[in-house]
Amino acid sequence: MSTEQCARKQFEIAGVVQGVGFRPFVYRLAQDCELTGWVANNSNGVYIEVQGTADQLEQFTQRLRRERPPQSRIDRLTSASIRPQSESTFVIRESIATPEANGIVMPDLAPCGECLRELSDPTDRRYRYPFINCTQCGPRYSISEGLPYDRANTAMRHFTLCESCEREYRDPLDRRFHAEPNACPACGPQLQLCDSAGNCLATGDEALQQAVADIDAGKTVALKGVGGFQLLADASSTPAVLKLRSRKHRSHKPFALLFPNMDMVREYCALTQQEERLLCAPQRPIVLVQQREPAHPALSPQVSPRNPDLGIMLPASPLHQLLIEALQRPIVATSGNLSGEPICTENSEARIRLSGIADCFLLHDRPISRPLDDSVLRVMDGKPVMLRRARGYAPVPHVLPQVLSERASGSCDMIALGADFKNSVALARNTTVFASPHIGDLESPVALEVFERAISDFQSFYQAKPHRLLCDAHPGYVSSRWAKNRRTEVIRIQHHIAHFFSCMAEHGHRQSALGICWDGTGYGTDGTVWGGEFLRWDGGAKIQRIASLKSFALPGGERAVRDPYRCAAGLLYELHGKDALQLPVLRDRFSRQEIGYLARMLETDLNSPCCTSAGRLFDAVAALLGLCDEMTFEGQAAMAVEYAARGGESPDNYPFRLTHDGDRWIVDWRPAIKALIEEGADGAPVAERAAKFHNTLVEMLCAVAATAGEEHVFLSGGVFQNCRLTEAAASKLRQQGFQAHSHGSVPPNDGGIALGQIYYARCMAASGVLTEEGGSLCV
Amino acid sequence: LGHGSGGELSQQLLQKHIFPYFNNPWVAEGRDSSVLPLGDQQLVFTTDSYVVTPLFFPGGDIGKLAVYGTVNDLAMSGARPLYLSCSLILEEGLPMETLDRVMASMGEAAAEVGVALVTGDTKVVERGKGDGLYINTSGIGMLEQPLQIGPGQIQPGDRILLSGDIGRHGMTIMATREGLEFESPLQSDCAPLHGAVAKLLNAGIVVHCLRDLTRGGLATVLVELAESSGYQLLAREDDIPVCTPVQGACEILGLDPLYVANEGRFIAFVPEQDAARAQSILCGCPVSEGCQVIGEVRNVARPQAVLENALGYERLLDRLPGEQLPRIC
Ligand SMILES: [Fe+3]
Ligand SMILES: [Mg+2]
Ligand SMILES: [Zn+2]
Ligand SMILES: [Zn+2]
Repeated sequence: MSTEQCARKQFEIAGVVQGVGFRPFVYRLAQDCELTGWVANNSNGVYIEVQGTADQLEQFTQRLRRERPPQSRIDRLTSASIRPQSESTFVIRESIATPEANGIVMPDLAPCGECLRELSDPTDRRYRYPFINCTQCGPRYSISEGLPYDRANTAMRHFTLCESCEREYRDPLDRRFHAEPNACPACGPQLQLCDSAGNCLATGDEALQQAVADIDAGKTVALKGVGGFQLLADASSTPAVLKLRSRKHRSHKPFALLFPNMDMVREYCALTQQEERLLCAPQRPIVLVQQREPAHPALSPQVSPRNPDLGIMLPASPLHQLLIEALQRPIVATSGNLSGEPICTENSEARIRLSGIADCFLLHDRPISRPLDDSVLRVMDGKPVMLRRARGYAPVPHVLPQVLSERASGSCDMIALGADFKNSVALARNTTVFASPHIGDLESPVALEVFERAISDFQSFYQAKPHRLLCDAHPGYVSSRWAKNRRTEVIRIQHHIAHFFSCMAEHGHRQSALGICWDGTGYGTDGTVWGGEFLRWDGGAKIQRIASLKSFALPGGERAVRDPYRCAAGLLYELHGKDALQLPVLRDRFSRQEIGYLARMLETDLNSPCCTSAGRLFDAVAALLGLCDEMTFEGQAAMAVEYAARGGESPDNYPFRLTHDGDRWIVDWRPAIKALIEEGADGAPVAERAAKFHNTLVEMLCAVAATAGEEHVFLSGGVFQNCRLTEAAASKLRQQGFQAHSHGSVPPNDGGIALGQIYYARCMAASGVLTEEGGSLCV
Repeated sequence: LGHGSGGELSQQLLQKHIFPYFNNPWVAEGRDSSVLPLGDQQLVFTTDSYVVTPLFFPGGDIGKLAVYGTVNDLAMSGARPLYLSCSLILEEGLPMETLDRVMASMGEAAAEVGVALVTGDTKVVERGKGDGLYINTSGIGMLEQPLQIGPGQIQPGDRILLSGDIGRHGMTIMATREGLEFESPLQSDCAPLHGAVAKLLNAGIVVHCLRDLTRGGLATVLVELAESSGYQLLAREDDIPVCTPVQGACEILGLDPLYVANEGRFIAFVPEQDAARAQSILCGCPVSEGCQVIGEVRNVARPQAVLENALGYERLLDRLPGEQLPRIC
């Protein structure tokens, strides 16, 4: 074809387009359309030049979007006509490194159907090879060390491709063309089973078989998984599960389960189709689902004690697949860490830190470049809701609403540090927000290191040059202190404002709205503890705390957060004053000396901060209903109330009052608590009372929403991890004509705070409040 | 308000509003007492003010505190305390018997320690402008041998010795003030520490750093020393002695004994090879008979104080923030 008759076009594509087989797809498509030109990865995504007749080019453009690889996501596509050149082929070129990197690393994906077929085919050269992968599946983010996503920038640079693998890697028509982690038994990573002293017990398939036998025999096996170590134990054996519980010092918190296949999941759990789809998704998250009633006899009751739900997942890697296939029953698969610390990723580190927990270690020699916990989701209000965003989802960026009319200050790089618990940090560049995976609680030096690494990753991956740090307003947060010691400008953002904006960001909302932010505790602008807040945003610069729950004291501060009976004491003190401490519910619980101290603390405000927290209200109600003797993990008491309500179908609610105090409404829960206690004395079943308590909260939300009169209502904060409350609140609000929005892809808990901080700062910049001087943004 | 609690806010007050105006090498060291060369002698100088409610409490009173506190600041430089001054600020209406009791106690304490109260001053303020009685004492001591003791001397591998159980003074004051009862009686730990320090030095122990634990407690001191030494300091929770009544009261009140004030406890940094001997020397002195090795300086160039629990879980320690508000969401 002569250059005169033809046209040439260039395409720039940004989004999830690297490590998903995008270039081979473009190559095949170009061949199909009989075009010449080339394609390459660059640091922003994929760059294409194609040349042919106008018809061919048109066909190419349409099919590019329509037939793109299933795991890809196109966020931005720009094209332009350029001068034709003389050439006769279409080629895939070397990656181009560009100065500003906006590329996206793919998340780690479970083995695809093709790879699974090869895995179980005795004639295939990768038969039973635990590190099989292709462009459609396998590790990505967990092995990547920088951009662009090329083998040299991954942990696979330590392995030299054998001839056969090299051939696949170079062949544009092969499924493994530029599959960066491509490997086979001859050239790739190998398994090894070790004891805690580091002695090798077995290698290769034998190591796997031995680990299977160990789990079968009730031992605890530490497995080097995709993004870090996991601890595995036989879920059908109560002694095995109890041993893991005592060694991990985790007395009640439910363990997640790894299942061999969906059929078996159905034997244990009652699933919706949506939950099934989520479980099978290539991200392979842990999904919280309801157990069958009665529970499956083969499941140890110690896996999820006093909890009718199970956290379930299907194999996320070929290694998991081989292990669980051999066992043919569910096993406990919990994060390999000391509780609260980030997940272990290094062989030597794991052997030291997990030596007291695991009997043996199933290791391999493919390094994990960054720690990634398993993601956790729950289906609520008709959609999957992220509770922990990590493997499979990170680091796919969020996209902020385009509606922001950027002023100069709003478009520069910002880094948000999130909250101290369930920490995740985020980088904002224009309307793209790169969020780190779940990091954990910033309480240990190890977590702080991971936190700092996540921030320096923003530099190495995206060449971030943040001119601004966003942090929580809590002066005692490790993240806030960390920010203060940097040379970058710091903006402190109130916790519940960040919750509110995280939910609006997710829904692309940028008008006035009501935010209902209910959680455990957040630092309020008045220096007290907030947690049951109603915030109104005018769509511009103004945010108003229009209502909150009536406040009560937490005798002992953080101590009360771990003891629902202390919350109850604070609650009852509001009802009955000093006499509260003589009520049986408290007298039965505390010693005479403790009662004396508590009375004194409440009377004199001694280490008894006041809170308006909905989470603590739940804790107190759990105590009043006798549902939670001790809190051994976060959210335990509130979950107990939610589960208790499952048996109660009362449509009624308890009375409450809406009173006015200065410039805000106070939701007075006292009549409700009084009635809940009285009904208990009359012998009403706990389930009914728990259900009525939920209904009461819904009525409270609706009453304030009616007063506020905002059409759009956003539900955010950790309390909205409660499925019953979230669904009932959303549906009742909708019935009453409101547009109710709850969380989905962004966690309602503090995992979403970083995104909220960013969206809030952007909106304030857009309305001119946040200037170069920055400062502290408050209600 | 929180500026005097010895935590985060005190630190801010010093760094922002006080140190900048007194720019010299001694202030920059940020120690409780300063070593001043005077001819070929090494003079040690310190001052401290005492405000405490109530003035009398089990195990002591403001007078004793005013003597011991200043003596201890001198001792933490390795000095032998010699002379004290005493300034009193009295609130109009303070009963004379009260003043007499406090002065008698001061005299007794000074005699016990072997220092002379050599100069002083008295002012009276209007009723309502003072909590009865404030005392300021300054102290002068002498280094008897050339010593290098301070945060700058802390070395990786050093062991951290704690002279006894923590939290007695703070909990005694709180209990007296709030009318809280203990199952067994509790007394302030207030005591002079120069004797115990002298024994260490005379035995030839190479002491790298000494610090008395006062406001802000053990945790705050560890954080400060981590910051000024630049190293990671590790303390093991299980090795830190806390007596049962303090433990119990802290548990009920939701307080962390690591942050509770002491008036007769100190920590010492000594090389690993001296640690066992230093411990046994301190255990031989009544004021430090409960001495324990509680941790070590790690060869990690991060200014962090870390608390390790029995399970091996490590937690970062921080200064006490202004108010202790829960962080958990
Ligand atoms: Fe929160
Ligand atoms: Mg002092
Ligand atoms: Zn595949
Ligand atoms: Zn190979």
